[in-house]
Amino acid sequence: MVDNGSMAARTEALESILVEKGYVEPAALDAIVETYEHDVGPRNGAKVVARSWSDPAYRERLLSDATSAIAELGFTGRAGEHMVALENTPRLHHLVVCTLCSCYPWTVLGLPPTWYKSPAYRSRAVIDPRGVLADFGVTLPDATRIAVQDSTSEVRYLVVPMRPEGTDGWTEDRLAALVTRDSMIGTGLAMSP
Amino acid sequence: MNGAADLGGMMGFGPVIGEPENEYFHADWERRALALNLAVGAAGRWSIDASRHARESLPPREYLSSTYYEIWIKALERLLVDAGLVGADELELRRSLRPGVPVSRVLSAGDVPAVLAAGSPAVRPVDIPARFAVGERVRTRNMHPTGHTRLPRYARGKGGVVERIHGAHVFPDTSAHHAGEHPQWLYSVRFDARELWGDDSDAGLTISIDAWESYLEPTRTTDSAG
Repeated sequence: MVDNGSMAARTEALESILVEKGYVEPAALDAIVETYEHDVGPRNGAKVVARSWSDPAYRERLLSDATSAIAELGFTGRAGEHMVALENTPRLHHLVVCTLCSCYPWTVLGLPPTWYKSPAYRSRAVIDPRGVLADFGVTLPDATRIAVQDSTSEVRYLVVPMRPEGTDGWTEDRLAALVTRDSMIGTGLAMSP
Repeated sequence: MNGAADLGGMMGFGPVIGEPENEYFHADWERRALALNLAVGAAGRWSIDASRHARESLPPREYLSSTYYEIWIKALERLLVDAGLVGADELELRRSLRPGVPVSRVLSAGDVPAVLAAGSPAVRPVDIPARFAVGERVRTRNMHPTGHTRLPRYARGKGGVVERIHGAHVFPDTSAHHAGEHPQWLYSVRFDARELWGDDSDAGLTISIDAWESYLEPTRTTDSAG
């Protein structure tokens, strides 16, 4: 769909104009890319979820003041200034979407995947979430209610998936490896051991 | 505005195609598109709301046929021209023709970690109490402003219940137009799917939005919706 050659030339020209005018420094652009390609990503959120599964007091703090609880683990900043954690249960499954643009909790999940920004997801998540889940190979029991959160403000939402069976006594590191990005958006479940 | 970005409830876009974790970019120019938006944004010449309005203002045909980073580049060009930082002639010729104008901050590589880790909180102090309480029934206004709003079309004129109070946040509808932050109380409002989508919708499904106080009206007691 996209003409990558044309967009590459257009973007490169824009960058050179902005550098020449003194508005941006190329090294700062490199640092931003480096941060979001390698440092900030869904492994942050997985640590938050694993801590919540392991530590009841932390879980309480996460559900009552997610911004502070997530900051305890060192994750703060852009697109995570105001956090709310939504905990899944056997009776209630949360799904997060931004129908208007691409609001996403960068501090815990990094940059959003392409599908999260796509018209297909943004249009359908609010009217047919079970159909969207089916696209991801997820079928929930009929008795599980779905609660969709449309992320329309600067508040960012992190879904806390259910802890898989058979993980009693696991360390947080082992648990975190079961927590997928999609499970923290609500389009997936945590992996089974 | 009733633009192409307001997609909730539309049909016909086909299935959602998943993607592996850590696959953030699909071409090198997308990396630069992200970084340019964040770096120029740090100069503080426009708010995040103005950025979103520039993106949603793309004509619907163009918005829907552009990838997300294309939308970001096209909107950034518009923001730069509108702010007087770059000339339309310079974009046309793809080179700088004049020196830059002074900006309050040029982000350096050394600043990046601190700036990203600090973010830009949207909460502001206000001296009036919240009008609505958790559990209270409310109705969203039926409004169709030509400017920026964060009240999606599918949730206008609908009855719901206040689910959370988030504090007072910058009001995007004015902030997007350089008309001030005018902070308002922000709520999560939960709607029953039947209220939004009719009687055939999934039983038990709820949809919540975050709504600023001026998007909401008290629900009349005779009103059973929501």
